[in-house]
Amino acid sequence: MRPFTYERAASPAAAIAAVTATPGAKFIAGGTNLLDLMKFEIETPTHLVDVRSLPLATIEDTEEGGLRIGALVTNTDLASHPRVKRDYGVLSRAIVAGATGQLRNKASVGGNLLQRNRCPYFYNTAVPCNKREPGSGCSAIGGVSRSLAVIGTSELCIAQNPGDMAVALRVLDARIEAMNAAGKTRTIPIAEFFRLPDFTPAVEFALRPGELITAVTLPPPIGGSHHYHKVRDRASYAFAIVSVAAVLHEDGTGRVAFGGVAPRPWRVERAEAELPQGSEAVVAAAFDGAKPTQDNAFKIPLAERALALVIAEGRG
Amino acid sequence: MQFTTPAGRNPIDQLKVVGKPVTRVDGPLKVTGNARYAYERHEVVPNQAYGWILGATIAKGRIIQIDTAAAEAEPGVLKVLTTLDRDPVPPGFRATVHLFGGAEIQHYHQAIALVVAESFEQARAAAHLIAVEYETAHGRFDLAAEASGAKPIADRDSPDSPIVDRVGDFDAAFAEAPVTLDESYATPDQSHAMMEPHATIAAWADGTLTVWTSAQMIGWHREDLAHMLGLDKEDIRVESPFIGGGFGSKLLLRVDALLAALGSKATGRPVKVALQRPLIINNGTRRAGTMQRIRLGATRDGRLTAISHHSLNGNLPGGFAEAAVAPTRLLYGTPNRDLALKLAILDLPEGNDMRAPGEASGLMALEIAMDEMAEKLGLDPVEFRIRNDTQVDPAKPERPFSERHLIECLRTGAERFGWSRRNPSPGAVRDGKWLVGLGMAAAYRGNLVTPSKARIRLERDGRLTVETDMTDIGTGSYTILAQTAAEMMGCPLGSVKLALGDSAYPASSGSGGQWGANNSTAGLYAACVKLREAVAARLGFNAEDAAFADGMVTSGNRSVPLAEAAKDGPLTGEDGIEYGDLDKRYAQGTFAAHFVEVGVDSFTREVRVRRMLAVCDAGRVLNPITARSQVIGGMTMGVGAALMEGLAVDRRFGYFVNNDLGGYEVPVHADIPHQEVIFLDYPDDKSSPMKAKGIGELGLCGVGAAVANAVYNATGIRVRDYPVTVDKHLAEAPQRA
Ligand SMILES: Cc1cc2nc3c(=O)[nH]c(=O)nc-3n(C[C@H](O)[C@H](O)[C@H](O)COP(=O)(O)OP(=O)(O)OC[C@H]3O[C@@H](n4cnc5c(N)ncnc54)[C@H](O)[C@@H]3O)c2cc1C
Ligand code: SF4
Repeated sequence: MRPFTYERAASPAAAIAAVTATPGAKFIAGGTNLLDLMKFEIETPTHLVDVRSLPLATIEDTEEGGLRIGALVTNTDLASHPRVKRDYGVLSRAIVAGATGQLRNKASVGGNLLQRNRCPYFYNTAVPCNKREPGSGCSAIGGVSRSLAVIGTSELCIAQNPGDMAVALRVLDARIEAMNAAGKTRTIPIAEFFRLPDFTPAVEFALRPGELITAVTLPPPIGGSHHYHKVRDRASYAFAIVSVAAVLHEDGTGRVAFGGVAPRPWRVERAEAELPQGSEAVVAAAFDGAKPTQDNAFKIPLAERALALVIAEGRG
Repeated sequence: MQFTTPAGRNPIDQLKVVGKPVTRVDGPLKVTGNARYAYERHEVVPNQAYGWILGATIAKGRIIQIDTAAAEAEPGVLKVLTTLDRDPVPPGFRATVHLFGGAEIQHYHQAIALVVAESFEQARAAAHLIAVEYETAHGRFDLAAEASGAKPIADRDSPDSPIVDRVGDFDAAFAEAPVTLDESYATPDQSHAMMEPHATIAAWADGTLTVWTSAQMIGWHREDLAHMLGLDKEDIRVESPFIGGGFGSKLLLRVDALLAALGSKATGRPVKVALQRPLIINNGTRRAGTMQRIRLGATRDGRLTAISHHSLNGNLPGGFAEAAVAPTRLLYGTPNRDLALKLAILDLPEGNDMRAPGEASGLMALEIAMDEMAEKLGLDPVEFRIRNDTQVDPAKPERPFSERHLIECLRTGAERFGWSRRNPSPGAVRDGKWLVGLGMAAAYRGNLVTPSKARIRLERDGRLTVETDMTDIGTGSYTILAQTAAEMMGCPLGSVKLALGDSAYPASSGSGGQWGANNSTAGLYAACVKLREAVAARLGFNAEDAAFADGMVTSGNRSVPLAEAAKDGPLTGEDGIEYGDLDKRYAQGTFAAHFVEVGVDSFTREVRVRRMLAVCDAGRVLNPITARSQVIGGMTMGVGAALMEGLAVDRRFGYFVNNDLGGYEVPVHADIPHQEVIFLDYPDDKSSPMKAKGIGELGLCGVGAAVANAVYNATGIRVRDYPVTVDKHLAEAPQRA
């Protein structure tokens, strides 16, 4: 960990100003991801602006009947919020499938969205990694890649997005509110929030430098039965090999997104339209064009089975 | 005390304290945070500086140069030591790598520098600034690829076993057998994954060295340090009173202690050093992965006529072979056998001991093979094992087992577990989306006897102080030693004070190979016999007929408080146990039957263990609570081995990529269901005066196979390559059930 300076921001505007003014500055919320990365010197911020005392920790109803979730709401509070449990069950389930109670007590909504990937080579600063050091190469290609992405990858990076919450947010068509140095707030649809690696794997999010996530909004509830199934090598406290977030309606239609398989929560609307035809049709369309490695090709049939399980659950 | 003939009746047999379910005497210290582990011993010496180890980032080759200038210029940095500053230290006991010194790199994350600084953060940050130039050499990292060059090798821990261990005529018997099995199995490299990292604080004073460390074997650590530092061992003190798990990783001296000592010498400050988790995995030792082939031949009525077990693993040059064939020597009676180990050269971190070395890996294969064979024979797997029990060493029929009640383990377990309700057709039982299966395995682990010494003092106030360098690695040594002293001296448990894990005390067996409990208590037993003699002499009793009970010493109708004996000054008994040839004349082993029920998700093939039972035959149980903890810990580790644990090697860079506890997964609470443990109580009078045997490793042996067999029974899919993960299962089961 490199030496750094620290301040606690008094307002969102002050926080943004501080990060914009200092080269190499970063926000810190729960710190559960950032501090680990700093210890490995994968992240080397010069200055940390602590946003935890900003007034962004409330969950409010929106005028349209949706929900506005402050960026600093903890994962625990979000998952246990009565309206989330009632109207957005997929979100609640996805969150509690992640990490542990202690981590969820610390982790914030904003930080969770921005958590970085879990490719094993990303964590070893002695080996090439295009995400860590653009242009150095990708060690995962030709290496141990069982946990990595099968689709949406590029020749430069095959890391998957490891998050659970984001998969549910994708199914719910959440929008991310971000404020910039000019005090302007824009909203980014979650479909556009996570960037595919293409030629710039180090650029992971649609957030611009200095932008602060202030909230995540959910449209009004869409009903249906809500499911999140996470497959992993042990029963808890592990990242997904494959996860499925789904909202299913009685007529057989619904929405579905996959986690652990792509650099972003993987939702393909055209594939989703196949839901009435069953899991095989959905997965065939969703993973059309997939480029798995030998180690992780099993994720595609596994995704199909996980979806079949969720559909069976939905039928009761 | 020489133990050369079977134990007769002795004071331990009263079982007033020994054998009772006593909770841990060190429990309150642990739960209040007052049991200090090596890295937290802030109080032992002032002015501690922090060391951070830099590991090599190539797996094989040489260092051309190391530039430490930038690191040395960092604030707070006191000293940077590099491997180029000195000649390689000689390898330690039972080890082949040199821990530090010289330009040669033998494996990834070999220690190449130590930064000592005022703070931990300063040391770590400075270490990142060290620039190293390497010359990389070709390394061998793929066991399968090196298999063809592998050489037969003796079992380090069974030097009397022939390199190729043949009894009868295996080839002929196998050719003639009406029912045969020939299958291959693989176990992965594993990490001990103990909670507490390797850690040491070292301080010098007047040419003598003290290390506060985390060691299973005080004596081995002290001798290795002396050897590596060129000191007399009398000038080294090793203290390790509390240890947060070891599982074999802390049997041998590791680089934390060596570098703490060198760093302290170089700076004139006490220095503390811990191994970072990635270094525990890539710089420490591993349980070497194996490729095993098993051939069985049997008569139609299920008698094994031929057994062949070959195991291959890889290690650094000079390293040892994982003795996976060890259990096959003694578990089943077969007239014809063929057992062999082969070793390939791999430039990976050294393969060395991990809990139940040999047996754990061997049984993971052998006990699947037995399940497969039972199915071929149309026999129940429990019955098949019963039919092939032996009461003598199969290679030396004149050598009986001291005690062996495997059949009773199997029968008791089958009855308790409801084995008769198992449907022998795989994939036949459903519970909603779950495919349900039952599996079992037999287990064997040797009982090792080894000398152990202790001292016990009767203080003026009638309390007792026990001193021995025995360690408690979380197993309960404090508790069973207290029970032994209380039983022998007729005192309440609360009057026994224990001082353990210090080289200033008499040398014990230490903890490892499941030998700790029996041998260390036997050593204390010997010391107590001496103290009883001293007390009797002081009080004017005849030691032979004096009874020690309820704080009184009694003979005939005279009864005197024990404390009387020490009213003019403490009395000491010091002795140790030494063994004759009872372990040569009798095969001494521990036995178990493991039963497991699993549910397998019919969609995703995720496995959930639902119930587990172990029935153990392991001599006298000194304390059913601590013994049970050992067994359920072993069963948990067995679930890990079966379902998730495995180090993934990058075959280009030569290192284990899942080198933290996020990537190297061990079971969490949610993976472990209700576990039941039954002990058959058969004191073994040939093992020691305690009549106890090992338990700590038996709990792991066989569990992995029992889980794998249950998965097979649930699904009809046989995965022979551990761990049994969804991807391997799916590869075998393209269709959904
Ligand atoms: C052991 C372990 C296991 C885990 N398991 C899982 C799991 O199974 N599933 C899962 O989904 N996650 C898992 N996680 C990840 C966890 O969810 C994240 O670490 C957590 O959500 C991050 O939130 P935080 O508030 O602590 O973020 P921080 O670490 O504080 O910040 C993360 C990043 O977000 C930036 N940031 C934070 N807030 C804002 C904001 N408001 N605006 C702009 N930028 C911001 C920071 O600058 C930083 O770059 C695990 C983490 C650990 C350590
Ligand atoms: S997959 Fe991406 S994160 Fe992993 S090594 Fe390649 S570039 Fe780095």
